[in-house]
Order: sequence, then structure tokens, then C-alpha cells
Amino acid sequence: MTGTGQRLQMGLSHIDTHWVAPYHLRKQSRLRAFQPCGPVQLCFPLGDFLNHNNPSARTPDSNFLAPPSADKLIEMHRALLRVRMTEETLARRYPEQEMRTPTHFGSGQEGVSVGVCSALGEGDMVYTHHRSHNAYVARGGSVYELAAELYGRADGCSLGRGGSVHLTARDKGFMVSSAILAETVATAVGTALAFAMDGASKVAVCFFGEGTLDEGAFYEAINFAAVRKLPVVFACENNLYATESPLSVRQAEGSDLCERVRAFKITSERLDGNDVAAVYDAALCAVEQARSGGGPVFLECMTYRWREHVGPLLDHDAGRTYRSKAEFDAWLARDPVVRSAARLVEQGLATAAEVEAWAADTKAEIEATVERARQAAWPQAETLFNNA
Amino acid sequence: MRTLSYAEAISEGTVQAMDRDPAVFIAGIAVDYPSGIFGTTTEPFRKFGKARVFDTPAMENALTGIAIGAAAVGKRPVIVHPRNDFMFLAFDQLINLAAKWKYMYGGRAGTVPIVVRAVVGRGWGQGATHSQSLQAPLAHFPGLTVLMPTSPHDAKGLMMAALQHDGPVVILEHRSLFGLRGEVPEAPFTVTIGKADVVRAGTDLTVVSTSFMTVEALRAAEELAKDGVSLEVIDLRSIRPLDEITILDSIKKTGRLIVTDTSWEMCGVVSEVAALAAEKAFHSLKAPVRRIALPNCPAPVSQALEEVFYPKASTIAKAALVMLGRTSSSLGEIDRVDDFKGPY
Repeated sequence: MTGTGQRLQMGLSHIDTHWVAPYHLRKQSRLRAFQPCGPVQLCFPLGDFLNHNNPSARTPDSNFLAPPSADKLIEMHRALLRVRMTEETLARRYPEQEMRTPTHFGSGQEGVSVGVCSALGEGDMVYTHHRSHNAYVARGGSVYELAAELYGRADGCSLGRGGSVHLTARDKGFMVSSAILAETVATAVGTALAFAMDGASKVAVCFFGEGTLDEGAFYEAINFAAVRKLPVVFACENNLYATESPLSVRQAEGSDLCERVRAFKITSERLDGNDVAAVYDAALCAVEQARSGGGPVFLECMTYRWREHVGPLLDHDAGRTYRSKAEFDAWLARDPVVRSAARLVEQGLATAAEVEAWAADTKAEIEATVERARQAAWPQAETLFNNA
Repeated sequence: MRTLSYAEAISEGTVQAMDRDPAVFIAGIAVDYPSGIFGTTTEPFRKFGKARVFDTPAMENALTGIAIGAAAVGKRPVIVHPRNDFMFLAFDQLINLAAKWKYMYGGRAGTVPIVVRAVVGRGWGQGATHSQSLQAPLAHFPGLTVLMPTSPHDAKGLMMAALQHDGPVVILEHRSLFGLRGEVPEAPFTVTIGKADVVRAGTDLTVVSTSFMTVEALRAAEELAKDGVSLEVIDLRSIRPLDEITILDSIKKTGRLIVTDTSWEMCGVVSEVAALAAEKAFHSLKAPVRRIALPNCPAPVSQALEEVFYPKASTIAKAALVMLGRTSSSLGEIDRVDDFKGPY
């Protein structure tokens, strides 16, 4: 097993002795330090990619319009740990063959859901698609109910009826995840419509991957949101691949998703999805624009999926070569949790020891929770027709 | 009691529901036009304005998703499709999300009380993609309620019931019914979802019919009565849930069954009811069940072909006579003349 694999398997990738290195490199230029290469279009530094046709690019901390407070940075780091440890634990136990539902892990993409959800208020409503766990946990969904759902137990958030792709935590402001691309983009617009009709000062958010921009219904939904200036934020996790297909299969050369969405008269911005503070900053501005009647906002958050499209393995461990190891390693070095930890230490908001302790505590808590879920009761056969 | 047209009845039921429940709104292409979907949304728009009755882009898929998202947070949206045929674009949202919402989220994400109205076109060369009647594919899926009111009374009562129902409802309205007049109570009222209506009591043979075919069946029954044949006609009005008990009781009484519907045989409503009879009323049947449905081809446009495409009152009457072993009758020209002047 590779060193990378070892770090991920331990679930403590951010606290091995190498975490200091990314921080030092970041001091030079956090965006230029790591170059993705491999059989993808992106063969230039991330900074260029972000700044390309992106008038409102804001990259160094000093450029933030809504810089997060110290408390917010710490809160977000704790949330990142929660999301990270949930996926690490579930992925580690998935091969035990007791979680029998197709599961699309979000490892590596935590910065986007934590950054956006940290900018939301209590009445706001989140939707997402099949890679659902990150947004569910970031929004405050119960990890116990998530794990129980994967185990198919009666305590599952969807009572064992929905599986990983059909989660709900409605009372926490996470309405549903769904398994068909673009479905919840439309429902988020519908919830925003209801909010606007009622004059409620609430916002709907939908998370989706860049593959969702292949679907026609996506454009139907965003168009309607733009025509009616609805309070909705479209949070795109662009991880460069839809299942195993790269961008080049699905988008004409030179395509720019922000430009595409801007054609619908929607404010659009591309950002580093693995910098939780940058995501938070952009999300807060987006949510405020939407909430105040300024219309919908599209955030294209560049990020990377560590694991295979569906399942717990790393692609190169599973023998797949559609993504190069070099590209994978470059993105691994942009780990959003590591970068968040580095920022906390750099700004004197936490010591390395504290950060390590939070991580260890979170890991222990999540592991115990998942095991508790595994012991929970099965749904009774007589309940098959409940809610049918 | 005063009479209303089918269109007026839908309109009145809608307005009364919107009066009582501020959560109801109507969205769809042309709902705010003066024509108001054959006159069914004109009055709602006049009374409630564009805040609650509004035009939309052509976006059947996402519009349905939008209705779901609004319903999930407490609204009661009505979407209108001027033709059933446009609804295929909406099937993902309607069937994968709306119909399954309550079940697959364990009841923990609430319900999505949306009402989808869709018009069944017919005649004047509507053709293959402007005349379909989608009750069969829709009724196939658990979680969806599918209604087909025939009378103005039921058009109002089922509309009001749908707007109080705790889940997604599709209402299919046959264009040929919009001018039909009938007695309709003035006060708000509901018709129970899932109950068929014995619109004509009889003893010799049961005809189970849907929507406009109920009108044809009643015309056949009236003519056959002159020959001493007594048909019992059951208007289904609710396709899913299906009122099995009323159907089976009738078969037990008459022993003979004709089923007729506005769509095709294959996997259709006529086949569903025939299977029900075979499974649960086998020993009451004196003759095989007869299905009268559209012929196995898409709807043609040419007037000459439309003429032979659609089953009519005479089709039902002749089938009944054959089933009863009658070799002669005084049956004359009983079919109605289509007076629709077009174009839509």
C-alpha cells in the first residue's frame, strides 16, 4: 500500500508528521505550489485556472470580502473534522459488506460543504445529490442516523428506505439528497420560490457536481431562478470527473462553466473549493445577495474526489488509470483539512496539539457512533408498506 | 341545482380552494392567458393575479421539480399541462421524486402535495403527440394518485379533494368533456378519492369505463335500453387507487364485463380491470371479459382515419349485444357528431 493509502486508511492524513510541509509551501503561494498533471485539461497551476475569466477571483486571505472570524474558523475546522472522519470511518468499514447500498464518498471535497453550510442560517434549506454525506453532516445531520441508514437499520435517517443517496435531516435544514442529476437543483429553486412567495428571508442551496451541468433540466431550473430572481445558491463541486469521464468528453474545449451560467444572467464565481475560508467568504456574499432579493448565485468550487466514483477504494488501488497518480497526489496535498489546520496554527488560533486532539476525539466519537449504528435493530417486515 | 360546464366546475373548485387555502398556486404555460386553459384558470387568475397564477417557460421537467420543492415547504402547487403528451418530460421528477418522496425518505421529509392537471386531446387531427391519455403508465407507480373525473360534479369535487390530499395527484381531463354540463353544488365539497361511481344501474352487463368513454358507454346504455338490454355503467374516476369492491360487486351481479378506456390495451387500465375480474370474480363470470380500447397504432391525423381510430358508443353497444348473444337489434345511428371547430 502506498504512503498515501496508509495515511487515508488511518484516517489521520492531516496529523501525520508531514502536515507542516503544505503550510510552508502555502506561505509562498498557496495556489501555485501544486501542479496537477496527467491526462486532463488542467496542466497549469490552480491559480491560473481560478483566475481564468473570473473577474471576482479572491484568493489570498487579504482579498476576502467577508473574512471568517476566529470563532468561525475554529467552528469550520471542527466541522471539517466531523465530515472527514465520518467518510473515513464509513469508507474503512464499507468493505465489511454490511453497508449494502451504493455509496459515493465525499472524501477530499469537505471544504465546499463546510464552507457553504457555515454561511447559512437556521431557516435556510439545503439539497444535494448522490454524493450526499458531506452536505448532510456539514449541515448538522446526525451521523448515527446516516450510518444506520447505510446499515439499513430502522434508526436510519430514512428508516432504511432510502440508503446513502436518499438522506434527509429536514429539521436541521437539510431537506433531501436525491440520486438523479439535476433533480434537486429544481427542488431547491422550488423551495426558494416558496420562500420568496412568503416574503421569508430564507435561502435554498443546492450542491451538485459539474456533471450536473450536462443535464438539460439544470438549465431549466437555473433559468427560472434567474427570471424570478429567486433566493437560491447553486454550489457546484467541480471535481473534474463525472464517474470516470473527464471534462473533455462532456464539455467543448475552452468551456467555462461560470461563463455558461453567466449567460443566464446569474452571478457566477469560481473559487478554490479546498480552501474552506474562501468558500465561506464567497458563500456568505452569495447567500446575502440571494437573501436580499439580488437573485441567485452560482459558485463553482474547484475540488477533487479522493475515492472512486462509487465505493470506498482509491482508483489506483482498484487498478483504474483514468486519473493519474501524480494528479491525485497533487490534489491530496491540497487537503482542505490540512490547510484549515495550517491556517489556525498560523493565525495563532490553535496549537498543533489542540488540532491533533480535536481530530483524535472526533475520530473516536465517530467510530463509536458508527459501531452503535451497526448494532441497531432491523426494520420489521410488517413495516414494508409504511408511508407507501 | 344549477348546472355548470366541466370547465366551469374545475374553475369554481380551484377558486374555492384558493380562497380557503393561501398555499395553493397555479403555474404552467398559458395559465394566465385570457383563454385560461379552456377556461379553467381564467377566473383564478382574475381573482388572485400573477402572485398565485403565473405563466412559466417551457420547462416541464424542472417545473415539476420546482412544484415539489415548493410543496415540501408547505405550498400546494398546481401545474397544468395543456396536453398529456408534454408530461413525459416531467416523468423523472413526477415518478422518481414526487411519487417516491414519502416512502424513500421514511416519511421524515414530509410530503409533496402537488396537483398536476393534464388535458387529453382528441379530434381535429391532434395526432399522435397531442392526444395521448397517460393514466396507465402513471397509475403503475406506487405513491402516485391518478384521477379522471368525467362529470362536472366530479371535476369540482376531485379537484378540491386533490388540493387537500397529502401526496402528489395527477388529474387527467379529457378535452371532449370541457363543454359537458351537469349539476354541481355551489358550496365547496370533495369527492372521495378511490371511489368509483355507478352512474347507471343495470342487470345484464357491466361496463367499466373512464373519462370520455363513460359518456360513450352511457349513450350506448340509453340506446340498448330501448331494446330491453340493461347495462350497468361504472365510471372509475379514480384509476389509482382503484375501487376494486365496486367493480367486483357489479360483476357478481351481472356476470358480464366490458372495460373501456381512453388509451391502449397493452398494460392498460382495461387490462388491469380484466385481470381483476379474472382473479377475483372468476366464478361470477358467464362470459370472457371484453376490452374496448384504442387500436394498436398511434393516433392518426386524417379525419377519415380518426373516424375509425376511436371506439364509440356503437362499438360498446355492439360488443354488449354480442356478449349477450343477441343477433338482431333496433340499434341505429347512435354515435355523436364531433362538433369541435379546432384548432387546439
